[in-house]
Amino acid sequence: MVEYALEAISHAGTSLGIVSKEGVVLAAERRVSSKLLETRDLEKTYVLDDHVAVCVAGIVSDANTLVHYARSVAQNFEATFSEPMPVEQLVTRVADLKQGYTQFGGLRPYGVSMLYAGWDRNNGYQLYVSDPAGNFGAWRATCVGANAQTAQSMLKTHLAGPSGGSGADGADGPGADTHTSATSQDDAIELTLEDAINLSVKILCKTIESSNVTSEKLEIAVLTLHPVSKKPVFRALTREELDILIARIMAAEAAEKAAAEAEKAQQAARAASEAAAAIRANASGSGN
Amino acid sequence: METLISLTGKDYVLTASDMTAARSILVFKVNEDKTRDLSPHITMAFCGESGDTVQFAEFIQKNIRLYAIRNNFELSPKAAANYVRTQLAESLRSRSPYAVNVLIAGFDEHEGPELYWLDYLGTLCKIPFGAHGFASNFVLSTLDNAYLPDMDLEQGIALLKSAIKVVQQRMLISQPNFQIKLVNKDGVSVIDI
Repeated sequence: MVEYALEAISHAGTSLGIVSKEGVVLAAERRVSSKLLETRDLEKTYVLDDHVAVCVAGIVSDANTLVHYARSVAQNFEATFSEPMPVEQLVTRVADLKQGYTQFGGLRPYGVSMLYAGWDRNNGYQLYVSDPAGNFGAWRATCVGANAQTAQSMLKTHLAGPSGGSGADGADGPGADTHTSATSQDDAIELTLEDAINLSVKILCKTIESSNVTSEKLEIAVLTLHPVSKKPVFRALTREELDILIARIMAAEAAEKAAAEAEKAQQAARAASEAAAAIRANASGSGN
Repeated sequence: METLISLTGKDYVLTASDMTAARSILVFKVNEDKTRDLSPHITMAFCGESGDTVQFAEFIQKNIRLYAIRNNFELSPKAAANYVRTQLAESLRSRSPYAVNVLIAGFDEHEGPELYWLDYLGTLCKIPFGAHGFASNFVLSTLDNAYLPDMDLEQGIALLKSAIKVVQQRMLISQPNFQIKLVNKDGVSVIDI
């Protein structure tokens, strides 16, 4: 049963998350099924509490139930302890619920993977992924949904440090704990929030199966700390901001492509001139 | 009949709990420990219905320990105090409520020393100094007069001593022994004064 759920998620729109120095980015592809559908700023991203937000992939109605559950768990915690719920604990609670449905027969598991972005006093900015089976892990950057492999490898090339790409594969798997794997964190590149947003747009532009990406097909939100109050703030990027970002990424890519082509042309020209020189040399050689 | 006194200083909290176990007109013993440590940096002094007190304190102690094991970090004093309040408030509305009053003294690396006053009705109050029991009628005036927020440990101990002296001098009930606990950045310790 869980396998079916996992399969459903691998067809869902890509969602990705990146932890940066100044905040966590959640980015997702939204699939506009009809022109007549009313759209909101955030379709797949939900706020669970002031300090935790989640981006879902999979069966939307299942996701709603889980979001509902997570919100009540978070508020219950705060009612008991008068403090915001530590992010990992909230993730664990929801994962426990999901796990239950893998164990007892006759029930369908929740067909939802979730990307959690959060901040708490103990561990700072955090990103977690949980799957329908109830597995979860902490990540510095990861993604779920269609083309997750492509996006994941792009994240790896952009984020793994000098030695990260080759050796750290084992530590990247689900369940790897970012708090304890200090060595893989040390040599990894730490992005600024701006870089993280740019990277997420760049990756989504690649993974979305469409020739022209527009702001309608993206949703991006960031969790940061308020510069003065130091309280967590969650904000969705506006359409206008997205348009600017997409235009900039597209322009940069076009320039890159043009540069590559110019390089190729130059190489071809150089090869041609070398060949011509060789022919000339041969011709003069045979002349003697 | 029981006395708990506590005060916060510059970088510490001191608690004093009387050590008398008595019922009706009879004193059972004078070396009873009426405190439980909830975490390395939190201690709870309790008084109230005998039987209820230890049962409740150890229930809280074990639950807070379980939280720490499950989550790999300790509850903050504030969270612990609110947790105790929730438990007392739930208990109050049950068929057999706990009749326990507590003082929770803790040290938090971000917030510094903290003292919480809690009664069996679920009243939670963060205070600089306070007391439970009959003795509060005597010691609060002493503390009101001499308390300063930034007292060093020596001054704090001197003030606590004078408060205990008032109890022993003016209160009808005999309380010969007090246990003093110090909570600071190094944790909870029992001290002699």
